Order: sequence, then structure tokens, then C-alpha cells
Amino acid sequence: MDTSLRRTSRRTSPPGPAAWALAAAAAGLLWLSQAAGVAAGPALPPQAVAPPDTCVECHRVLGGRLAEPTFKIADDIHVKRGFSCSACHGGDPRAPGLEAMDPKRGFVGKLKPAQLPSLCGRCHSRPEVMRRFNPAIPTDEVARFFTSVHGRRLMQGDLRVATCTSCHGVHPILAASDSRSPVFPANVPTTCARCHADATAMKPYGIPATQLADYQASVHGEALLKRGSKQAPACNDCHGNHGAVPPGVDSVANVCAQCHTSPRDLFVRSPHRAVFEAAGLPQCTVCHGNHRILRPSDEMVGASAPAVCARCHAEGSKGGIAAKAIRTALDDLKASMAAAAEIVARAEDAGMDMADAKLPLSDAQTQLILARNLVHSLSLREVRSAATEGAGLSRKATDLGRAGLAEIAFRRRGLVLALAVIAVLLAGLYLKTRATPGP
Amino acid sequence: MSLGPWLEERLRWRAADQFLRHKTVPVVRHGYVYYFGGVTLFLFLIQVVTGLLLLMYYRPTADAAHDSVRFIMARVQFGWLVRSVHSWAANLMVFWVFAHMFGAFFLRAYRRPRELTWVSGALLLFLTLAFGFTGYLLPWNTLAFFATKVGTEIVGSVPLVGEPLLVLLRGGEDVTEATLSRFFGIHVAILPAITTLVLGLHLFLIQLHGMSQPQGRGPARALPFVPGFVLRESMAWLLVLGALAALAVLFPWPVGEKADLLAPAPAGIKPEWYFVFMFHTLKLIPAHVLGLEGERVGIVAFMLAAVVLLAVPFLERGEQPTRAARIARALGVLAALYIVGMTIVGYLAP
Repeated sequence: MDTSLRRTSRRTSPPGPAAWALAAAAAGLLWLSQAAGVAAGPALPPQAVAPPDTCVECHRVLGGRLAEPTFKIADDIHVKRGFSCSACHGGDPRAPGLEAMDPKRGFVGKLKPAQLPSLCGRCHSRPEVMRRFNPAIPTDEVARFFTSVHGRRLMQGDLRVATCTSCHGVHPILAASDSRSPVFPANVPTTCARCHADATAMKPYGIPATQLADYQASVHGEALLKRGSKQAPACNDCHGNHGAVPPGVDSVANVCAQCHTSPRDLFVRSPHRAVFEAAGLPQCTVCHGNHRILRPSDEMVGASAPAVCARCHAEGSKGGIAAKAIRTALDDLKASMAAAAEIVARAEDAGMDMADAKLPLSDAQTQLILARNLVHSLSLREVRSAATEGAGLSRKATDLGRAGLAEIAFRRRGLVLALAVIAVLLAGLYLKTRATPGP
Repeated sequence: MSLGPWLEERLRWRAADQFLRHKTVPVVRHGYVYYFGGVTLFLFLIQVVTGLLLLMYYRPTADAAHDSVRFIMARVQFGWLVRSVHSWAANLMVFWVFAHMFGAFFLRAYRRPRELTWVSGALLLFLTLAFGFTGYLLPWNTLAFFATKVGTEIVGSVPLVGEPLLVLLRGGEDVTEATLSRFFGIHVAILPAITTLVLGLHLFLIQLHGMSQPQGRGPARALPFVPGFVLRESMAWLLVLGALAALAVLFPWPVGEKADLLAPAPAGIKPEWYFVFMFHTLKLIPAHVLGLEGERVGIVAFMLAAVVLLAVPFLERGEQPTRAARIARALGVLAALYIVGMTIVGYLAP
């Protein structure tokens, strides 16, 4: 749980004034729910509740939906930390029989969705409580929740929105670091999709339900879901988790820059920034898309389709000419690298040690990556500079590859000579054997 | 006093000259097997010369071994040739040692009084395999590292002495730099010293008893050792030299990736080809045989086979071809087929 929360919290921008206003409203809601008796549950247990815990003992034998919460309750992170059912549901787990569920003993029963944020917040919003269990865990989740679209709609009385258990599950609630948890990074997309891929559920909000399919097809989805890279972003890494909102038009680059720092810096100083701002275009997503972000390719650059530049810049325009020149610089570098790699591979296949040639080739690859990144600056001069350096390194690799091939040719000439000498000697020896007495 | 008599007075070389002039080699069907030993000797001499040259640059430490071999291959003038010839000649030598042994076996050259010639030859076979096993690790590449790990593990399964033998070979519990320096010492000092003695004895015994004459082939024709046999043997050596040159130039022996002690073992690790028949046999043996650990049973079986090989002249002693000789011949054919067959199966197996 710790790792994931730390990771996601680091990527969530601090709440602004509007957020604090919403948090104040949340506090009001909290007050209201306390008045309704939610917070009148049992005091926080200082340590584990000593067995027997009659809630589990009785419910386990009741069968049906009443027994269901007990099935995996031992896995629950709160139970593991010593909390009983009564920590959320109230009542007295030491009392035998139905008196354990006496409202006079604080029993509140099944909680309504609107009650959950304040219930969870009784511990999770209090640093002095959380530090007893996990000092690294943030305690502003509830405040952030009320800044989210989910939280704001909940306050407006929309009970269909996600609350704490919608994402974290219930009976058991697992640590986010547990791979079975619905908020484990690889599970987040399907967790969000439980609602967001449901076209009927999304229809009232005017939100498309294609995000999961788009994400699964994206380079991020491939990395997280197919290759299991925990560094790859899930939904919450761009939208925030507890404070989930769509990134604003002017904040997209900052969201992407959580990982892609350099492209953001280059974009910020590029001519695109001002133009996009003026046109209300959402920065990085204009070229890369949002949920279906595909692996970028050099084909994205240029003055004609499928290049994304061509969507705005006509072929003969100033922008179109620059885009074409940038693409040419990239293509030229790739061509020189491919030629060098082919020569080096030929020499290597012939048995030459080409480690010395592979080094500049690898450096040329670095220059290609650099040049591709510099495309975000839209500076032809900078792209060409990196490409020219890469081409120089390719030439060096080519020269070493040619030297290797020349050495191979030298060796083979030497072999032919040596075999000729051996053949002559053999012939001489054969003639000598013929001339000497046999058996 | 001219030089000839001066040397004669001190070295008595004319006796050797006279000996060689009177020495003959039988001319028989399949007589080409008489050249196999000489070819093996030639390859051994190449190993000595190229090995000494490699010693000038090779550095036996985990850090430097791989780089030094790469340096030899890429930077040292004709280093690639020396190292490739060393590696190829090593493999050819193992092949010819086997060929020489089977040739001698089927000609029944081990008969009285040549028992010790056979025993010394069998010891040379074991020494050659030890040369191969220790030399394979020296470039300190991934394949060699893991093959050595597996190979020494097999040694560790030898009953009773396996565990101490494994520690002795590895210089510790694991294959480390200590193993490398140990294998280096064994490869360039201990084995050459022992081999020189055993080879000396082997060659001396061959001169002492002369070439074995196969039985029952009628009156023997004989080829004078000098110049007839020497000329033909020289032709064989030249052919081998040409083949070696072609192999070294057209297929330079690869250096491989530097061994990473922390990396997982790559898939399909196999020992050098001449150990594959043993390796694959051990793989095929079930985990338990008659209540005993399968691998140990296999190892004991191979150790017994080695003892039987050494003891061939004492197990089959008939002066004339007898039933025992026919059984020995059949067993020899089976052994040869088994070695070839299991090597092929071992390479085809995943």
C-alpha cells in the first residue's frame, strides 16, 4: 500500500484554492454525517480487538449474503492491523448474540455510499492516527476526494458516483501493493472501467465509454498490462486518484511531464505553446492523443499525411517546409546508421570482433533519440545539429566496419597463399614417396 | 674434428639413426590408422606452441580474462590466428585421440607386450579431456562459465569423494575467480607436466616394441619408417595444417559474452561436444534407479567404463583371435555407436 500511495500522491498536484473551498464543503458534509450518527461508532481501537470477535463468528454461520463479508475478511488490511468489523459498523464485537448489534452500543449497520468518505476519513484524515500504522501514508485523501469530480457530484447528491469502496473494494479491503487489490497499478484500468466502460452508466454524464479499450491499445497500456512495467502510468497517474479530474487544457503538459520531462521543457519553449494556448488546444494530446497514445514514430513528422504536422500545416507553408526538413534530417540519420550497421554486421558475421564499431553506432542511436526528442522544440537547427553528430558517429562505425571487412579479405588472401604452399609441399611429398622404395 | 663425429661422441645419435633406419611399419588393410597417433601428436605440438604464445597476453582473472582474450583476437598481431588455431586444434585433437584409440582397439594393438602402451594411451585420452574441460573456462564467457558450473556439479555427484573434489576443483563452493585461476594453473602447468611424462612413456614404449602387427593377416609386408612412413605422415600433418588454417580463417573461434556471475543461466547450456554423450546420458537417466540417485548411478557407470578402458589389455588377452576378442570387438563397435549416437541426440534434444 505504501509504495503505491507514495507514487500516486507524488504525481498528484497540490490542491488549489478551489480545492480547499471544496474541502471546506466536505467538512460540512462530514459534520452532517456525524449528526446522522455515522461517526458515533466505536472509538478507534488503540490495539487489536481481543478475540472472540462475535461479528465474524456469528455471520460466518449465517450463510448467504450475511456470511459473504466473512469469507476473506482475514485478508483485510484493517483486520490485519487489529481492527474489527465494529470499527466501521459500530456495535460491540465482544457481546454475544444480537445485543452486539444494539444501536445503543453504537451499531450503525450497512453504510450508505455518502457516509463512506467521512467514515474512512475518521482515521485516514488524521495524521496522528495514521502514523501509528503507516507514517508514510497521506492523510489528505478525503479532502482530495471532495475536489474530484466524483466528490463534487456526491456533494450535489449524485449517489451513483464512485466513493471509497467503489475503488478499494470492501470485505476485504486490500493494501494497494497487494496484486489482488482493485487499486494495484495493473488493476486500476479495469477498476475505473467498471463504470467508465459502461456506456449506459456514462451516458448521463456525456462521457465516452471507450477509455479502457483506448488505453489497452496505447503504449502505456501495453507497458503496464502486457509487459508488467510498474513504472507505466495507469488512469490515476494522469487523472489523480482520490482527486480524480480530467487534466485541464493548460495542465496536460505538466501531467505528461511527470515522466516525460524533457519533451515538456522543449514544448514550453516552442512556438506551439502560445498558439495552442490561444486556440484552447490541449498541448501534448494534440499530436499524441490522450487515452490511445501510440508509440511515437518518425512518420508523425512531415508535411503530408500520416504526419500529424499536416493536420494544421499545408505542405508549402512555412510550417510544412520546416516539418519536412526535420523529417529529412531524421531519415538521413537513420539511413546512415542502417548502412553502418549493415557493414558492421557483415564484418561480425565473418568473425571479426566489432565491439569498437558498435560503440559509435550505439552513440549514434543516442543522437537519433536526442534528435527525435528535439522535434518537440520545433527547432530545425537543433534537430539538424543532433542528426549531424549522429551521422558523424555512423561514418566512424562504417569506417571501422570497412576496416574489418578489409582484414577479412587480407586473411582470406593469406589462407589461399598458405593453402597453395601446402598444396605444393604435398605434391612434392607425394612425388618423393613415389620415388622412394615402398613396402 | 668435424661436427658429426664430435656430436656422435657426445650424443651417440647414430644409434638412434640406425634404429630409425631399421624401424618398419606393417602394411595392412586399414593401415591408415597407423597415422592417427602421429596426427594427434602433431596437434599436441601445435597446442604447445600456440598455448605458449597465448600465455604472453592471457590474464587469468575474472576481470581481465575475457578482455585479454578479446585483446588477443582484435589487437595482437596474428593473435586471432594463434587463438583460433589453438581452439580448433584442441577440438581436432580430441577427435583424433578418440580415432587413434578406436583404431588401436580394433587392430588389437594392446596385446602383449603392449599393455602399458595402451594404458598410457588411455591416460592420455583422459588428460586430453581434462585439457579441454579446463581450457574451455579460460575465456571466461557466459557459455563456458555455466558449462563449467554444470560440469563441476556433476563431479560433485561422484560418490564419497564428490563434495571435496568439487571444492578442490572450484577452489570453493561456487565457480568464481578462484576456479578460473585454478583451471588456468591446471591447464598450463599441471596437465602439461603430467602429459609430457605420460606421452614420453607412450612414445618410448612404441619405439621399444615397434608398431603392432595385426594377427591372422598372412605374411606381413612392411614399410620403412624412414623415409616411407615419415613422408606419408608428413603429408597427413600438412593436410591437417591446411584444414586448421582454413577453419581458423573462415571460422574464427568466437570469444562470446563476458560471464556475468549474477545473470541467470542461458537456456540450452551444453558442454563441449566431446562431453555431450556423457552429459546427455546423465540427463536421460531417471531420477532414481534401483533406489539410488540416478545421476550418481550414471557417474559410477562412466567411472567403471573408464576403468574398463584402462584394463582392456588385461581383460582380453588372447594371443589368437578368440571368442573374447569377438565380444570385445562387438563391445567396441557398440561403444563407438553409443558415443556418436548420444552426441547427435544430445545436440538435437531441446
